[in-house]
Amino acid sequence: MPDVQALVNEFLNKLKKRKIEGSQATAKQTAELLRSVISQQRVPRTNQAGALIDAVRAIGEQLIVANPIELAVGNIVRRVLHIIREEDLSLTTAAVAELNLSTVSDDDDDGGGGDQDDRPVLSAAAVAAAARNTLRPPSLQMLLEGAPDFVAVPRSSSSGGDSEGKSKSMDRNSRTRKLKHDIIEAVNELIQDITTCHELIAEQAVEHIHQNEVILTLGSSKTVLEFLCAAKEKKRSFRVFVAEGAPRYQGHLLAKELVARGLQTTLITDSAVFAMISRVNMVIVGSHAVMANGGVIAPVGMNMVALAAQKHAVPFVVLAGSHKLCPLYPHNPEVLLNELRSPSELLDFGEFSDCLDFGSGDGSPLLHVVNPTFDYVPPKAVSLFITDTGGHNPSYMYRLIADYYSADDLVVQRRHAAGN
Amino acid sequence: MSLTHAVKEHKERRKKDNNAVMTMVIKKSKPSPVIHQSRLGTDELFMAIDPDTKQLLCYEERGEHPRGAISLENSLLADNPSISLHNDKQDCYIDICSQEVLSLFTDNFDYQHLRRHFVKGLLVDDIMGYKIFTHEIHSSYAARIDNYRSYDTISKDIIQRWTYPFVPDVRFSANCTTKLEREGMYKAPEIQQSRSAHIGPFTVIGKGTRIGDDSRITHSVIGEGCTIGSNVSIVGSYIWNNVTIEDGCELRHAIVCDGVIIKAAATLEPGVVLSFKVVIGREFVVPAYSKVSLFQQPTAQDSDEELEYADSSSGAIDPSIADAGNKLNGDIVSESSQIQDWSTSQLGPGGAGFIWSACDGGCEEEWRHSVAPIPTDQLAKALLAIEEDSEIVKVSDSALTPSGELEPGSDDDDSDNMDDSNVDTVDFEKEAEATFLRAAQDNIAVDDLILEMNSLRLSYNKSAGDCTGALFYPMMKLALESPHNTAVELQKNVASVVSKWHKLFEVLAKEVDDQIELIMKFEEMCLESTKEFAPIFSQILYLLYEREIIGEEAILRWDDERKDADESDRVFVKQSEKFIQWLREADEEED
Repeated sequence: MPDVQALVNEFLNKLKKRKIEGSQATAKQTAELLRSVISQQRVPRTNQAGALIDAVRAIGEQLIVANPIELAVGNIVRRVLHIIREEDLSLTTAAVAELNLSTVSDDDDDGGGGDQDDRPVLSAAAVAAAARNTLRPPSLQMLLEGAPDFVAVPRSSSSGGDSEGKSKSMDRNSRTRKLKHDIIEAVNELIQDITTCHELIAEQAVEHIHQNEVILTLGSSKTVLEFLCAAKEKKRSFRVFVAEGAPRYQGHLLAKELVARGLQTTLITDSAVFAMISRVNMVIVGSHAVMANGGVIAPVGMNMVALAAQKHAVPFVVLAGSHKLCPLYPHNPEVLLNELRSPSELLDFGEFSDCLDFGSGDGSPLLHVVNPTFDYVPPKAVSLFITDTGGHNPSYMYRLIADYYSADDLVVQRRHAAGN
Repeated sequence: MSLTHAVKEHKERRKKDNNAVMTMVIKKSKPSPVIHQSRLGTDELFMAIDPDTKQLLCYEERGEHPRGAISLENSLLADNPSISLHNDKQDCYIDICSQEVLSLFTDNFDYQHLRRHFVKGLLVDDIMGYKIFTHEIHSSYAARIDNYRSYDTISKDIIQRWTYPFVPDVRFSANCTTKLEREGMYKAPEIQQSRSAHIGPFTVIGKGTRIGDDSRITHSVIGEGCTIGSNVSIVGSYIWNNVTIEDGCELRHAIVCDGVIIKAAATLEPGVVLSFKVVIGREFVVPAYSKVSLFQQPTAQDSDEELEYADSSSGAIDPSIADAGNKLNGDIVSESSQIQDWSTSQLGPGGAGFIWSACDGGCEEEWRHSVAPIPTDQLAKALLAIEEDSEIVKVSDSALTPSGELEPGSDDDDSDNMDDSNVDTVDFEKEAEATFLRAAQDNIAVDDLILEMNSLRLSYNKSAGDCTGALFYPMMKLALESPHNTAVELQKNVASVVSKWHKLFEVLAKEVDDQIELIMKFEEMCLESTKEFAPIFSQILYLLYEREIIGEEAILRWDDERKDADESDRVFVKQSEKFIQWLREADEEED
């Protein structure tokens, strides 16, 4: 698959050089890349899902390591893995259901035998087992064999008659094609979700913003912009305080956008947040990622705003698309909570080059400039999460993980020693 | 840095002006005022840049002007409406060139140095009119490593993340993920570090390195697979891969290449460079700023080699070390025989290698280009030197040269250019004197002499007044030199000389100002150099008046000017008082 490898390398390069900005863009491109990988991956006749999972895992590992702070990449990789498992499961249950029907019809013809008694029981148990597979810890059989149960099911059931065997092989072929097809459809849906997350969130704006409110935000987030504009369109009148978000001053851009759309805007510095918080009714901010415990990784300065809101009992609302929800906890050593960027965003190198002269003294720099990009906001500072599925409590976020991710995929690294 | 912007600018400029041949990338970086060196160990640069068009007009390195004074051409200022002068720019040595650059190099085959020869040549060359432009980068980072100090500085800049995203913790090479911990520490996976070891700030430690008890490592870069024993102290050093450092060693500001073994209790003083696979014996102290290699130092150096490789001073990495490195990586068998000879080597018991003596020329300046920070005594010396310099400047300012006037048209900015203009005047006067004397000796006609003087005047860009002064002196001297016993005879001599050469002065000293200049020059002469003329000043003045070299207006104005002067200045005025009075009466009579 030389094509795919070139695409992967190009994307890896962009990630390493930090050329892609924003979790939505990253998530979308990751999903598209994985879709190409899946469609180009040749699958064996048995255990297709396993092969696909391995392929996606291999590439996902490289992608995650290229930019570890961009959690959206890992999220999408895990989402796709979950999709593969889900689609495989649903196809299996459908196949088993067919099997069920055909065995029932055979029963009428033949007389029932030991197998035949077994089969319906097996199929029901298999279905139940497979359904619970996603949330249950791996069974001993899985650990030893290294292959998922539900794939073994059609094999064992194919020990039946020849005619059934033939029909089953035909089913399997069509099942292969169908599996990939379904997976790709589901990934397309995922891409669609990522692209339209802003609209879904913005629809809920009217419920939260009321008349004559003062809203505070920090930095620039497209989600927040759409949210506020949706409320404006529904004829709510409110004012917005924008904190500029040093050192990149993206708050300036947001202020310009808001004014262009006709909203009354006030621009303040980050340091003025505590001074102005008493005049504010609600704080609405975007986020970079949401962790499993409800904690938020947000642009630097957000923790200060959260603390100010907490102190003045102002609701702190975080807007997050579902691609930002990360199944990992912040205490996980793999998770990097922050990234230090170049100090040239803070200072002009030329002006300070005499402080950076390493030639005198003992060669150690007296001036060290640190430029962190993100802040961690603990879950108890957050009042409400608004995602494309609706508004949630921070303590509820972990439940959403079960909908989107499988427990097996939390560690994307392939363990070479053990199986799986 | 991203080249897109610079390349785009270059291309657009080229479309508008076909002579825009090269764009040089520069960055603002202040040099150290004490030791006159940039932070990368290169000489201070002086650039003159047009702020509107960003054209480079002048490029000088401090090494060629030890006094720290630059002289600029007048045409520079005449042709460009605005110039900004910079000494805080650093050359990134990234140039975007058009195709003409290549052809220029083939035409001028003796261009060997990019900046000293090519850039200077292009700037001075008026015939083709090629232009060099500059592109200044602000938030991006670009620099060139060409000596040990820049290696050190740029490594530290990378550790400080000025080159983000090209920093050690972003995984560009496929082997391992380095994590950035607090205070600028970068740690690769699979490091075995003893609990009592202390790894300080701004350190990078590579994969698979083992660090023993109680070791202290700060501000250093350590490669992969190193083994560092206990009680080792490493400060500000660069240790490459697979190095073994045994217990109790001390390394300060050193560079240690692949495969080196440093035995117990050895010490490396600041500025040491250990080449590949050297072995330092037990308890051996490697002297500061020395370079150690397994190979002998090459004795005879070809002059061509020197030209090609000796870029800046001894800080340049010797090419034979690089060759040695290549050889070592390949063939190990031939060396084992060499290693056996190391029983009595220069590097202590069990050591292997040779200490290379510092290269001839510039060995005092090792500390400038070394990895080690500049020792405090050198800094103190440099500070003292600066204070002395400033005193000298003050002294020289008060002793102005006799011709206190500045030459017109010399708009030099540096204050030291006063010296240069005075030097020019002295040259001119000498030339004028020589010309005149030659004319007198060879009996050249006056008209020819006038021509010669005019051309001399134009070439030195002097005014007629300067000429008169310059010529008067040798003329008087000539009179003086012809034999005379008394003042009267002297006067006669003067008369004869004046009669011979008066036409010269009629042409040159037409303006009243020039004539006044003449008188003043004569005064000076009488005061200082040719005192013999003093008593007969007024007579000669009369003579000059008779010969219509000086007009009455000039004399009268001279008198007026001197009215308010000191007594010492008025000596000659007093002498000539009678004459002046007669002149005034004559004036009044005429009126």
